[in-house]
Order: sequence, then C-alpha cells, then structure tokens
Amino acid sequence: MEKQVLVIFPHPDDEAFGTAGVMTKFVQDGVPVTYACATLGEMGRNMGNPFFATRETLPEVRKEELLNACKAMGVKDLRMLGFRDKTLEFEDPELLVSSIGRLIDELQPSLIITFYPGHGIHPDHDACGHAVVEAVKRIPHEKRPTIYGLPITPEREEVLGKPDRVFDVTDVMETKIKTIEAHRSQTEAMVPRLKDGTLDLNSEMLKFIKQESFWIYPIT
Amino acid sequence: MKAIQIEHVQELLEKFENQQIYLHLETTSGAYAAQNKEKLSVGAYIRNGSVRFTNVKIAGAGPYRIGFKLDEGWMYAEGLTDYQLDNKGRLLMAGHDDSGRLAIAVQLSHTPFE
Repeated sequence: MEKQVLVIFPHPDDEAFGTAGVMTKFVQDGVPVTYACATLGEMGRNMGNPFFATRETLPEVRKEELLNACKAMGVKDLRMLGFRDKTLEFEDPELLVSSIGRLIDELQPSLIITFYPGHGIHPDHDACGHAVVEAVKRIPHEKRPTIYGLPITPEREEVLGKPDRVFDVTDVMETKIKTIEAHRSQTEAMVPRLKDGTLDLNSEMLKFIKQESFWIYPIT
Repeated sequence: MKAIQIEHVQELLEKFENQQIYLHLETTSGAYAAQNKEKLSVGAYIRNGSVRFTNVKIAGAGPYRIGFKLDEGWMYAEGLTDYQLDNKGRLLMAGHDDSGRLAIAVQLSHTPFE
C-alpha cells in the first residue's frame, strides 16, 4: 500500500480523465492524496454560450471547479502552485523544480503521478513532467518515490510499450464522472453525452476512462 | 460580455486615449491545435504591455476590427465580437466563435492585470 500519493498536473481538469479514478481509489483505501496543480488554467478558451466567464474571471471559475473536483474525489490536500497557464515551458525551470522539490521534502510521497515527459502534447504537460523527473533525480536513490507517468500521445504504446500499471476504475465511475463534471467550463459539452450514452464508454477511444493506465518513468 | 455595440465601444475606447495604459492582447487557436500538422497553429500573447495611443477606431459590421495609432507605431486586431466594461473599469473585448470559444482578446486597463 502506498504511504502518500502526490499528483502533480499543470491545469485544473488534467486529473479528471486519466487519474480521477485512481485518486478516488487511493482516498477510499485511506492513502493520503495530495493534488498539486501548477496553474489555474487561466488561458482556457471556452467561455460558454451563453458566457459564464471572461478572460479575467476564468481563473476564479476554474479555481472553484478545482475545489469541487477535489471534493468529489475526496482529496483533502490541494496545493495551488501559482504558475500561469501556458508559461511553464518558458519559466526558469528551477522555479518549478524547486517548488515541486519542496512538496516532495514535506510530504515524502511513495508515489508521484504526473504527465509522462515527452508524451504530454500540451507544452505545459511536458514541462510539468520534466520538472517532476528533475526534482526526483535530486533525491538520494533509496528515498525516491515511484513515478507513474501518464502519456497522452496517440503513439504512446508504440513508443513506450504496454503500460506498467492498469487500474480498472469502473467501480468508482460515478465519482469519476462527477469529477469530470466539476470542471464544467472544460467539459460541459461532453458530460451529457457521457451520461446518455452518445459517447460510448465501451468504445476503444474511451477505454482510457474506464481503465487508467500508467507507465513507470525510469529514473537514471 | 455582450455583443459589441459599435458606438458605445468607440466611446469607451476613446477614454483610454493619450495616457499610458496596460494592454492584454492574445490570439489563440487552442493549445491542442498544434497536433494538427496540416495546419500551422499560430497565436500571440502579451499581458500588461504598456502602450499609449493618440487615436483609436473600431470598424466593420461585425465581427469588428480595432486599430490604435500609437505614439510611434500601430496596433490592430480583428475578429472581435463581444465587450464588457468590468467592475474595475477595464475594457474587455474578445472574439468568440459560435460555441463560445475565445479566439482573440483585446483588453485595456489603467492598472496592471493580475
């Protein structure tokens, strides 16, 4: 059993599709779960029709959604790291690495979940994954947590092989959909389709929603 | 935000003339647009740029264009559909597509954006 899990993603809602089920399961098993979210997704594009946000009010909207998502999963420890959306790759890398390093020092996680570096598609995802790896490399070998990398590139299996860990999360699907739903500004078009079956959870494309898969990042 | 009313926006824009103001300007086709290799994904972003303009004009029949004549140059934007003077006195203007996705934003403020 894990001692402490630390989930690190750059945007509110990054946890929803790929890891909300596993996070929920850890919480249910009594494992402390901390979710560190680097930005507030300030650059989201969906303002709604009718509008529910402007460029200036969106961060508050997404912060509220993030809090609701954590509530849905039962995650009690949320850390907002205060970086700005779409700037992570341009930021002094040391700022992000040291910010993550301080969290690791404090929490001593046995497991970290983040995007698999190089397979994040969004530049912030890759910058986040790289920073986690760099922070973990600075820890003495025997104290290093395992890193579950989440790759989202279509060619992930061709490049990385089969996942090292696959979690069936059908038993917590209700919570997972609530988490997805909490990020309304990002997912409002999708949730009704998940519920009425127009988006088929059994399809190959959506298999990842029922089965959360991770690749252990090899730290050298 | 609500649909641009050209006379009202012109009036609001002119209140920012001839003074140093803070500018937010962005265009975007979304962070995932770069995945489509057949199309060049472009975007630009400046937050809290400091500019001063002597003349400003909003033009078009919607979506609208706005041009600013700067002390030493020009700035313009197109594709604007909606506007709002927010409770901090900032003039927010944006171009949204039919599903409410922001594609361009032009925002003026007397104080820095957070």
